[in-house]
Amino acid sequence: MDGFFHADMVAVILAGAVATFLTRIGGYLLVMRMKSIPPRLEAALNAVPAAVLTTLVAPAFFTGGPDVQVAMAAALIASLRLSSLPMLAVGWCAVMFMRYVFTG
Amino acid sequence: MQETDFVNKREFFEGVRQGTPVCISAAPFGALFGAVAVANGQTIAEALLMSMTLFAGASQLVGIELFGQKIAAWVIVLSIFAVNFRHILYSAAMAPFVRHFSASEKFVTFFLLTDPQFAETVRRGEARGKVSFSWYLGFGLVIYVPWQVMTVLGATFGKLIGDPKLIGIDVLLPIYFMAIVLGFRKRANFLPVVAISGAVSVIAFHTVGSPWHVSIGAVAGMLLAAMLPVKRNPKLHEAGQEV
Repeated sequence: MDGFFHADMVAVILAGAVATFLTRIGGYLLVMRMKSIPPRLEAALNAVPAAVLTTLVAPAFFTGGPDVQVAMAAALIASLRLSSLPMLAVGWCAVMFMRYVFTG
Repeated sequence: MQETDFVNKREFFEGVRQGTPVCISAAPFGALFGAVAVANGQTIAEALLMSMTLFAGASQLVGIELFGQKIAAWVIVLSIFAVNFRHILYSAAMAPFVRHFSASEKFVTFFLLTDPQFAETVRRGEARGKVSFSWYLGFGLVIYVPWQVMTVLGATFGKLIGDPKLIGIDVLLPIYFMAIVLGFRKRANFLPVVAISGAVSVIAFHTVGSPWHVSIGAVAGMLLAAMLPVKRNPKLHEAGQEV
């Protein structure tokens, strides 16, 4: 880890930045051209965030060790009553408990 | 009436005031990103560059997660695009409230677009017909600037720690994503989409392998949503809490 920047990393970051900006301005440019989005397309687009993020959560749970699974389950239960920051805190406490107290 | 070429102080600071709670709740995630970025092999400068140019927490964390897994660059960029895809809906839905902005104002406006910014813009826009650029800028900057500061703090701290497992940082990422997913729970088709995306991604993870499970699982959820009976006027406004 020497130096401030690595060329390949910077290239990926900047490409990611361009991709991100395209999503941010894309809907505006699109809606200025067409009057309405077909309902089924809209339903599919509406499902994007939950669908994408679920694919990051589910495998992490099923491939994680017992410590990770307990932490995620605890956070899920916490989420019934708490917002995302306390939920994160509960999960963190659970994983630290499993790693340092429960297993000795 | 709002001035066109100068920032209206009153509007600006009203935006700052309204954005402050978002700034406070997003700050730990900025630090989380910085710490995770360093743990996955980025330098502090690279983490800051990413925060400054993307300014999109979930996609930054997804990108970092994939950096750590040594995945092809184009897949990382595509995944960042996929996670940020919802912004297309946001900028479409808020078009009526910002179309009076100048071209350069629009550039800044869409660069600063985040979930809470979208939600507040629509709320304010529906009440007043449109929003002022000054208000929008105040709301956006009070989130943007601290995001950079927290990234550097988190990265500096993470570099001191070394192994993220030691202090439990590794588990924060999936829980953070879970929190965002749950933030969308009032949307149409939430449960079927999550169920099918989750199941398909786990199957794809074990058969096709990473990182394809992300795209395959996401497409499965989108297809299902497109095939289910369409409810009129899905609620775009119920965005998740995320920066």
